[in-house]
Order: sequence, then C-alpha cells, then structure tokens
Amino acid sequence: MQVTVAHLKKGQRGIITDVSSIYIPLKLLEMGCLPGNFVELVQVAHFSDPMYLNINGTHLAIRKETALHILIDIL
Amino acid sequence: MSKQINVALIGNPNTGKTSVFNALTGLNQKVGNYPGITVEKKEGICKLSRGVKAHIIDLPGTYSLNASSLDENVVIELLLNKNDKDFPDVAVVVSDVENLKRNLLLFTQIKDLEIPAILVINMADRMRYKGISLDIPHLEEQLNTKIALVSTRKNYGIAELKELISNYRELSTAPCMHASEIDKDYFDSLRKAFPDQLLYKLWLVITQDVNFGKTDRNEIEPVADFKTKSKSDLKRLQQKETIKRYQFINETLKKGQIIDLSTAKDLRIKLDRILTHKVWGYVIFFLILLTIFQAIYDWSSVPMDFIDSTFASLSEWTKNVLPAGTFTNLLSEGIIPGLGGIVIFIPQIAFLFLFISVLEETGYMSRVVFLMDRGMRRFGLSGKSVVPLISGTACAIPAIMATRNIESWKERLITILVTPFTTCSARLPVYLIIISLVIPDKRFFGLGYQAMTLMLLYLIGFGAALGSAMILNKILKIKSKTFFVVEMPNYKLPLPKNVALTVIEKTKAFVFGAGKIILAISIILWFLASYGPGDDFNKAEEIITAEYANQNLTDDELQQHVASQKLEHSFLGITGHAIEPAIRPLGYDWKIGIALVSSFAAREVFVGTLATIYSVGSDDEETIKNRMAGEVNPILGGPLFNFASGISLLLFYAFAMQCMSTLAIVQRETNSWKWPILQLVIMSTFAYIIALIAFQVLK
Repeated sequence: MQVTVAHLKKGQRGIITDVSSIYIPLKLLEMGCLPGNFVELVQVAHFSDPMYLNINGTHLAIRKETALHILIDIL
Repeated sequence: MSKQINVALIGNPNTGKTSVFNALTGLNQKVGNYPGITVEKKEGICKLSRGVKAHIIDLPGTYSLNASSLDENVVIELLLNKNDKDFPDVAVVVSDVENLKRNLLLFTQIKDLEIPAILVINMADRMRYKGISLDIPHLEEQLNTKIALVSTRKNYGIAELKELISNYRELSTAPCMHASEIDKDYFDSLRKAFPDQLLYKLWLVITQDVNFGKTDRNEIEPVADFKTKSKSDLKRLQQKETIKRYQFINETLKKGQIIDLSTAKDLRIKLDRILTHKVWGYVIFFLILLTIFQAIYDWSSVPMDFIDSTFASLSEWTKNVLPAGTFTNLLSEGIIPGLGGIVIFIPQIAFLFLFISVLEETGYMSRVVFLMDRGMRRFGLSGKSVVPLISGTACAIPAIMATRNIESWKERLITILVTPFTTCSARLPVYLIIISLVIPDKRFFGLGYQAMTLMLLYLIGFGAALGSAMILNKILKIKSKTFFVVEMPNYKLPLPKNVALTVIEKTKAFVFGAGKIILAISIILWFLASYGPGDDFNKAEEIITAEYANQNLTDDELQQHVASQKLEHSFLGITGHAIEPAIRPLGYDWKIGIALVSSFAAREVFVGTLATIYSVGSDDEETIKNRMAGEVNPILGGPLFNFASGISLLLFYAFAMQCMSTLAIVQRETNSWKWPILQLVIMSTFAYIIALIAFQVLK
C-alpha cells in the first residue's frame, strides 16, 4: 500500500515523494506541495477531514480526498 | 513633470498587501469595479517626493500568474495588456517575511514579464521573533531587484518604498531565472513562431484557462512551424515550471535567508490547538458569535435613539421655520424622514463591519472555514461557504462575490442561491424596529430578550440557508470536481487603520448605495401620498367637516381625520387598499402593504416608507417608533404592531427575496436569469406561507 498524507497521525511528519498532477491542482503545487518538501499534520477535524497541514512552512487545510493523492515517506 | 507613475500592488493573499496600500494612500483611495465584471478595484493616489504622484492599484491577491478565478484573472489581464491605461510602470510585489519562499514564486513570474519590479518584504518587525535573518544585498543581486523591508505595524520602510517607486527607472527589467529551460525545444519553436512577442507572455496566454475572462485570447493559433501541446502535457509542463522556480528560489534563499528555529516562537500552533479543536473550536466560535450580536445591540442603541429623535426634531423645525407650501412639506415629510431612515442604521452597520473585518484581519476566518468544512459538505456546501454566509450578514452582494474562491461549481452555485437567506444589514432596521415594538425590553440572566430574538432571527436565516442548500444538493445534478484548499495564515493583531478604513468604506457604500434608492423612493412615496384622484381626496376637508359636523371635535382632531381621509384616498392609499386582501391574513394593514411592496426594491426601505407614510399630515414631533406604536389595527382593534403581526412580519422579512441588487448580482455571477427568478419566486412564496401560518397561530 502506498503511504499518503492521509495516513499521517497528528504531529507526524513526512517527506513528499510524488504528487499526481491529475488529481492535485496547480495551486496546491504552487503553495509548496512538491516532491522533496516536508509535510506535517498539525490538526484534524472530525473524521480526519479536512486536514490542517504544514507543508514546507505554509500552513493550509485540504480535504482527505486530496490528501490521498500526495505520496510521502513518513519520518 | 506631471505624469503619474502607475504602480500595481501584487502579492499572495495574507501578505498585508492592503496594509501597504493603506499606508501609501491613506484616505486618498476609492473602490470601484473593473469594467464589465464585479471584481472590486481599489485604487489610490500616493504623493512622492518632488511633487511626483503615484497612481496605485491594489490588485486582488494571487499565489501565481496561473489564474484559477475571476479575481486572479484580473491580475493577469492587466499585466499582459500594455495598452491598458493602468498598465504598471512598476510592479510592487508584496511578500510576507515568514513565507518568503512561497511569495517569491509570484515574484519570479512577474520578473519574467520584464516589468520593473520592487520586492516589499512586509511584516519585517517579526523577523527577530521568528529567528529570521536576511542578506538583503545578496537577495537584491540574485533577484535582480530592489528590496524594501517594510513593517506597516511598526510603521517603517514606507518612505524607502516611496523612494524606490520614484526611481523606478533605475530598476532592471531582466528576468532573474530562465523558466524556458523546462522544455528547450518547445520554447525555441514558440520563439521562432512569434519572434516579436515576449516568450513568457506567450506561455501565459497558452496555458491560461480562457473560460472566465471576457478578453479573447485566441491570438495564439497553431502556425506552420509550431506544434501545440495537449492539455495534460501543458499541465505537466506547468508543474515542471513550478518545480524549476522553487529550485531557483531555494538556491537563492540558501544564502540569503537564515532561519534559527531555536529562537523562533510559534503562537499559531499553540492557538490552533484550541481554536481548531474538535470540541473547543466550536464552543469558542459560538461564543464569539453570541458576543458579537449582544454587542451590536447594546452599543448602538444610544446613538440610534439619538439619531431618531434628532431627525424628528429636524423635521419639525423645518416645518416651523420655512414658509408653508409644497416644498416645505416635501422636505419635512418626504426627504428628512427618508434620510433619517438611512442614517439611523449607520451605528449598527458600522459595528457589524467592525466585527467582520476584525475576524478577517486576525486570520480567524480561515479557522472557521476549517472547522465548518466537514459539516457544510453535508449540505452540499464547502467550508468556504461560511465566509459568504457570515459576510452575508452585512450584505448579500459582496457575499455572493466572495463565493468566487469556492473551487467546485456546484458548491459555489448552491452557496450563491442560499446566501440571500442570511440576515443582511438591510433586514436589521426592520428587525430592530419591530422587535422594539413587540418584544419586551427585559433581561433573562443578563441576556436581553430583544437581543436573543435578534440572534434567533440570524439563526433562522442560517437555518433556512442550510436547509435549502440540502434540498438543492439533492435536486441539482451538476458534476464538478470537488477540490478544497485554504491557507491558515498566522494570527495577527488587526491593524486599527485597516479596520477603520474597511468600516468607513463599507458604511459609506451602504449609505450612498442604499441611500440613493431610499431617498428616491421616499420622494416618490411622498408624492403618491400627498396627491390623489377624485373628490374623496380633493374635497377631503368638506367631506370630513360634513361628516363630523355634529360631534363637537376640536380643530386638532378634525385635522387628523382630514389627514387620514386624504392618505386613504391618495394614489398611495388606493394602491395599498388594492393589495390589502392579500396581506390581511398575515396581520398587516394597507400601510404595511405599501412598505412591503416598496421593500421589493430594497428591504431597508421599509422603515423609511412607514416613516414617510406616518409623517404625512402629522404635526407632532414624534419618532418613527412612537408613530408605529400608536397605529391601531382597523379590523381587529388593538395595536397594529402586536406580537402576532410583529412575528409574522419578522418571518416574512427573514425569508422573502426583496432586493433587486442581489438579483442582479446573482444574474451576473451565474450568467443566467433562471437562478435569480427562481430565487425571487421560491423565497417570497415561502415567506408568505410562513408569515401566514405564524399570524394565524399566534393571533
């Protein structure tokens, strides 16, 4: 199974390995969601959706369905 | 030299761009619209040294030059069009010292357009707090620009920025990197095909979505020796471009920026542990809302009473001082009460905008989006719908425009359709006056009944919005990709200057925008109420004198009967009577009927209309409220505004679609007449039924 941002636990960090350009809009890439950058799960809402992330120093929230398409290595 | 320097302020959202704009222009600013679209256009004048002036445009915030919304598109349209009268001589790119890396992405794109660009690093006062140190000369050299370290909070760097703007001619226009390296062959063939065009401009034109712009961008057609690429290939290239830019930025910042994490403090994470908490987050949000409504009520009652009685005395004074005649009557019975009906709402509207602007300035609004997204999705909405729904409490028009950052069309359409249910500031005056008439001014554990009723009405508005959203979500069969991303900016103390300017700007827009309609309607109503056809109106005095000849009435009483005879048989009275059968089951008389009809232009007209109707022919100095309290129900007896008819009116105004401007905006934003007409018919029918039930049950 591929590990994605959706698998992070609160406070856990990972390094982004791949983002699928079909599912991930350009805007998210421009905000720093690119391979090689770190991602940390800061806070989750009910049912882990949406997820409040710190990606490369940018704090943002995305829905779980998007998080499933960001592949990571958990640190 | 008298030529103005055209300056465009560009930057990511949440970088304090508007603070820089306010610091440069102060009160010399105006807000309008870009021609043909409803995107807000903020521009202002800034005085530089040696008598030179700069014309400054505050462009909508954007993360890059790849537009994904109408607002962002405005930025690209301007930067690509050298012939636009606003085309900048110099671009001032505002960045936030804490997010420099991300902010520089946009900067490198603007440099590629070969427009002279100044980099503003804003919030510089936070550098030490965050453990950041910058090597400015190195950054200036790498980025091929001049940098101004600015803090609008601590008030420094603005003079330096003005100096840089004055000397914009010395800025280099050379790009700081070469994005075309991502696909040499492709860009070479592009260059060959269009030798006299700027390469990066061509690339932007090719990759932009043209769906939302009105400008035709079909100038790039496949030419013999130039092969176009597929959409997915282009998207892959854009992704490569973004990575390439970040590589350059990372390289530049490696030497130019040092962050010592051991000294950095992060208040955001600590605060968000509570404010976005699964339980406490919601509790706090609810408490904040409760405080806001209590405050709006408590703080504005004194100035409102003062304004009300001032206008009543002014009306009386005009009548006594000016010579009697049509003009004096128009002034004292039409125009002054009509104006009073606008001015009285200034305190409340100002307080409401004050709170909304503080919530936005602090960054708390993004947390609300995060907290509410999951819940809102059940109703077919997005967490981002919360912002329009909350700003809809000020006015539905900016609220509907604020739906533009909702990524999914279905979620956006539903938000547009249900936003008019939220209690806008135009409903507020109607609510306030009726609540003060029919709800007792008592307190229950420190919470006023009247304030609680008001809060309940706001909740009913939100409830109606959510309920109808759920139904629409089931009915509407629109397939659109759902996607959601919201930045969680750092918490900031709001800048008093920013808040004050927003409050002034929005209040002014209300007073002059709504004011014009109210004033016009007051004058029309006064004429309709002061003239009438036939003998019943023109011979009113004779009829009344004959009728009451035997009853020994005083002059005053006789005059009152004459006045009401006249009003009843005026053009206005005739109209009112014609619609009375339809509204009598709701507990209203023909006077309220007239106010109701004129409210379809704009709700806030209601109070002004009643003020005009009741002041025609009345001599006493009385406030609108006292006049309304004195009205008697002609059929049932007792006060006209009692609990049953009051609640019925409140509910009617809560649900009915009575605002032509909102309908116009919905038409523009959805690009169809179908949606606004549906809104008008469904909302108003629903309002009628609910008001009917309420009155029949309560009476």
